[in-house]
Amino acid sequence: MCLGIPGQIVEITDTDRMTAMADVSGVKREVNVACIAETDPAELVGRWALIHVGFAMALIDEDEAAATLKALEHLGEAQETLEQIREGAEALS
Amino acid sequence: MRYVEEFRDPVAAKALIARIAEVTDEIGATKESPVRMMEICGGHTHAIFRYGLDRLVHEGIEFIHGPGCPVCVLPMGRVDEAVEIAEKPGVIFTSFGDAMRVPGTKKSLLQAKAEGADIRTVYSPLDALELARRHPDREVVFFGLGFETTTPSTALTIQQAAREGVENFSIFCNHITVPPPIKALLDDPHMLLDGFIGPGHVSMVIGVHPYDFISDEYGKPITVAGFEPTDLLQSVLMVLEQIRDGRAEVENQYGRVVPEHGNPVSLAAIADVYEERPSFAWRGLGEIDRSGLSIREKYAKWDAEARFGIGYGAARAREVAEPEGTECAAVMTGKIKPTGCPMFGTQCSPETPMGALMVSSEGACAAYYQYGGRRSPEAAE
Repeated sequence: MCLGIPGQIVEITDTDRMTAMADVSGVKREVNVACIAETDPAELVGRWALIHVGFAMALIDEDEAAATLKALEHLGEAQETLEQIREGAEALS
Repeated sequence: MRYVEEFRDPVAAKALIARIAEVTDEIGATKESPVRMMEICGGHTHAIFRYGLDRLVHEGIEFIHGPGCPVCVLPMGRVDEAVEIAEKPGVIFTSFGDAMRVPGTKKSLLQAKAEGADIRTVYSPLDALELARRHPDREVVFFGLGFETTTPSTALTIQQAAREGVENFSIFCNHITVPPPIKALLDDPHMLLDGFIGPGHVSMVIGVHPYDFISDEYGKPITVAGFEPTDLLQSVLMVLEQIRDGRAEVENQYGRVVPEHGNPVSLAAIADVYEERPSFAWRGLGEIDRSGLSIREKYAKWDAEARFGIGYGAARAREVAEPEGTECAAVMTGKIKPTGCPMFGTQCSPETPMGALMVSSEGACAAYYQYGGRRSPEAAE
């Protein structure tokens, strides 16, 4: 819960709700970007962020994203988070 | 050094471990008289065990595992209330997976689900809000848990629900804050701590200044740390150097993610939606002043406590003890190691947890169970 996971913002999906599609280790997940959008959210496309429970909380660079992901994989947290993302999608059905 | 080769930079890690040993010797700390360093965050506890950092560093350093695992400190009474809400007709109760197996006095959410309650594991409070949009005839409740890292997520979700007028959605708020329990531990005369490893992602939200009291009022050093093993080693070294030099400062090792003043959007959302409760109960630590948050009156429609008449006052009136025979409270306060509990690994395991410390990967008992105990399994005192 507290570790988060890096994801790359690939598309802004709703500017009113401040949501964007993020690519998290190949899994697409809609996230809220209010906390990292300083001006126009469109400028976030292509950037990397640390994502906590569906909210992008901090911008990071690509190297940091890769290193963080590796550390999370060692902890088993990356796999767990991806599973939670899948469960979240199932809960909506 | 069995895990060092896995580190992002094994050469740097080995150099840090050597430097830590030098400074520990300069301080004069030994296995018998160690520097006692608390890592506050459960994510750090997990990382320390996963990488065996406690075995890699000089034996004059003892890690004391802090209260920073949200499901571990959740009182059983609050789990009971979550179950009570979940079992009401028409309710869809949603929760992070972590909280599903935490035992209440009668059952966990997982058991309630098996008995027929509509309880769903979600990844985000946004999923719960989406469920509410899709099921306007149902009451969707989200189990709001966690420290400052996750508090902005529920605050922003409530703001979104209010903007859209989604009124069949509410949050059962159990958010807690990091500084008050640290103060409580520092005030505990049996708790002798020499320094702190500060939580990285909590600090990403609140910045570093909420810890000023640790250095200013208690004269203890703290270094806010990242989660990679070299981050943790570097932070341990920074705390040791402060101790050696007689300094007590708030340092930030994780500057690449933690801004000095935190995240302004998150802080604004928290301030808008939440207010401090006069006190809140922590499993193992008891009631701590101003350590929990509740939803402000202006958002009462989205407050499950108000909506279902489940008040925190009622929870206190029927406060419940911990499972008989367990030593959760002593482990939680660092007075004994998990292996000092008679239930550890026998009646209490990750598959059949009796206490919450065994449930989450961030809990000290689960970390001990998964990765093995430290060099000294005996009581810490």
